[in-house]
Amino acid sequence: MTDTAAATTGPETEPGPGAVIETRGLTKRYRGGQTAVDGLDLTVPSGSVFGFLGPNGSGKTTTIRMLMGLIAPTTGTAHVLGSPMPAAARTVLPQVGTLIEGPAPYGFLTGRDNLARFDSADPTSDPRTRRARVAGALDRVGLSAAAGKKAKAYSLGMKQRLGLAAALLQPRRLLVLDEPTNGLDPQGMREIRALVRELAAEGTTVFLSSHLLDEIEQVCTHAAVMARGRLLVQGPVAALAAGARGRLTVTTPDPAAAAGVLTAHGATGLVTEGDRVSADAPPGEVELADLNAALVRGGVRVRAFGVERASLEDAFVALTGEGFDVAG
Amino acid sequence: MSQAERTALAAPRTPGRALWTLGLLRSELTVMFRRWRTLALLGVLAAVPVLIGIAVRIETGDGSRGGPGDGGGPAFLSQVTNNGLFLVFAALSATLPVFLPMAVGVIAGDSVAGEASGGTLRYLLVAPAGRTRLLLTKYASVLVFCLAATLVVAASALAVGALLFPVGEVTTISGTRIGFGEGMLRALCVAVAVAASLIGFAALGLFVSTLTNSGIAAMAATVGVLITAQILDTMPQLDAIHPYLFPHYWLSFTDLLREPVYWDELVRNLGLQALYAAVFGSAAWARLTTKDIGV
Repeated sequence: MTDTAAATTGPETEPGPGAVIETRGLTKRYRGGQTAVDGLDLTVPSGSVFGFLGPNGSGKTTTIRMLMGLIAPTTGTAHVLGSPMPAAARTVLPQVGTLIEGPAPYGFLTGRDNLARFDSADPTSDPRTRRARVAGALDRVGLSAAAGKKAKAYSLGMKQRLGLAAALLQPRRLLVLDEPTNGLDPQGMREIRALVRELAAEGTTVFLSSHLLDEIEQVCTHAAVMARGRLLVQGPVAALAAGARGRLTVTTPDPAAAAGVLTAHGATGLVTEGDRVSADAPPGEVELADLNAALVRGGVRVRAFGVERASLEDAFVALTGEGFDVAG
Repeated sequence: MSQAERTALAAPRTPGRALWTLGLLRSELTVMFRRWRTLALLGVLAAVPVLIGIAVRIETGDGSRGGPGDGGGPAFLSQVTNNGLFLVFAALSATLPVFLPMAVGVIAGDSVAGEASGGTLRYLLVAPAGRTRLLLTKYASVLVFCLAATLVVAASALAVGALLFPVGEVTTISGTRIGFGEGMLRALCVAVAVAASLIGFAALGLFVSTLTNSGIAAMAATVGVLITAQILDTMPQLDAIHPYLFPHYWLSFTDLLREPVYWDELVRNLGLQALYAAVFGSAAWARLTTKDIGV
């Protein structure tokens, strides 16, 4: 855990020039005394695809709401695109596309009219180009065919696409997407991931919250992990995954003997399942070949021997000590 | 020319300057009048004069004159058979105590709370609509609805009145006679005065709407306040507070039918409505601009 924390990017105190989102000690305490977000120091570098991870109830959405000026922090500060929120909401938010906690279209309006409505709420948007921008956004999320249908007839996936389209009505410097693939089928998820990559390639910073670890691993360059309102770690995805130790796995008909030899060589976290014995991967200075030789010398017949690379999920479980979909 | 070009280039990304564009109001009005609910409310309001007109017609169909006399029913009812234009006044007197404010209560109560319960409020605010701008837009659109609702009642009454009864010179309350043209003008003034009577109640509904995230609760509470105020206004023991109740001067619009027009109560009504608008408008603003949008 300590070595993963060292992967934190960016300067520790000064708001970095490359930071698109920068929070310092951001805290939200609700009236009931419950602390939803506790002393958050988050730095989202410009140009990154930033994955914001955490179990349900860990404070992700509360953080996003504070970043977007919807709720006021109890203490601490948040800067978005270099300006303080919520004070600078009027100048910052037109440059930010947002999908917060699921889509919310007007059911009695068509998809197209929904977008026109949200676009007209933005005082900086040009009404002369509205029609073209709405059509472009609908096309980009693959909703052109259903643009004339009332939104109440949309499936959850279509509403999700409509929400994304609303976020893409203008060229944005930052996209904040809360669970963007929620309700989508696998094909839709792939399309959205492709869209996110495309937007990132155009230079838009994407801040993406998700509970799907493989999604984060596939599209994100950076990630942060939250649990119970606190930020556990943030940094480049590769560094986070590398920080979690892999598992050493030995397949053998003599599992008991193998476990004995491994314990004698200081292995921890031993688990025996049938003919598979696994343990936490030994630290880097241990030569794995020596360990294998020791097993063989100890009379253990080794069928397979190797270290499985740690995934982000392992990193997550190591950090939070719990499974993913557990409510914090 | 170059300066104009520079301004044109700078314009798209200077939000401060564009803060008061009316795009949101236009969108708000379009959305409001395209909602089935709004049209249903206006339809019900339009049906009231039709019902009154037909009832009076049936009642007097045998050739007997007048309605139940000055004693019963809404004001002006007895004069409808002589002059169809009086159906406008009768219909407005009949709808002002209950139907009109109830319709306004539904629209005003739902204005912010309905957006909150639908989740659209958060998307409007991150657009960013701006909380003050959104509130002003909502209030303006509720006021437009007040005027539209009143005009619907008046127009429907005028059409039914002209269809079922003779029209012509108008006898004012003071007993003098004015021409039909001026009578029409007075009718329009009456409609505007009735709409203006709802300004204070609309602000109250808007304030209630900022208190909750449930559109239904806000509508019910707003209409509840209306009924309570109406009841209090009829209790002689509470004489002292009557001048401060928003419905107290509502029927002052009848003074527009005097010759000359008697302004005292009309002005007092407008002053009271302005006071309500200022108090509850400020309260709504204070509430919405500091509220955590958690839904």
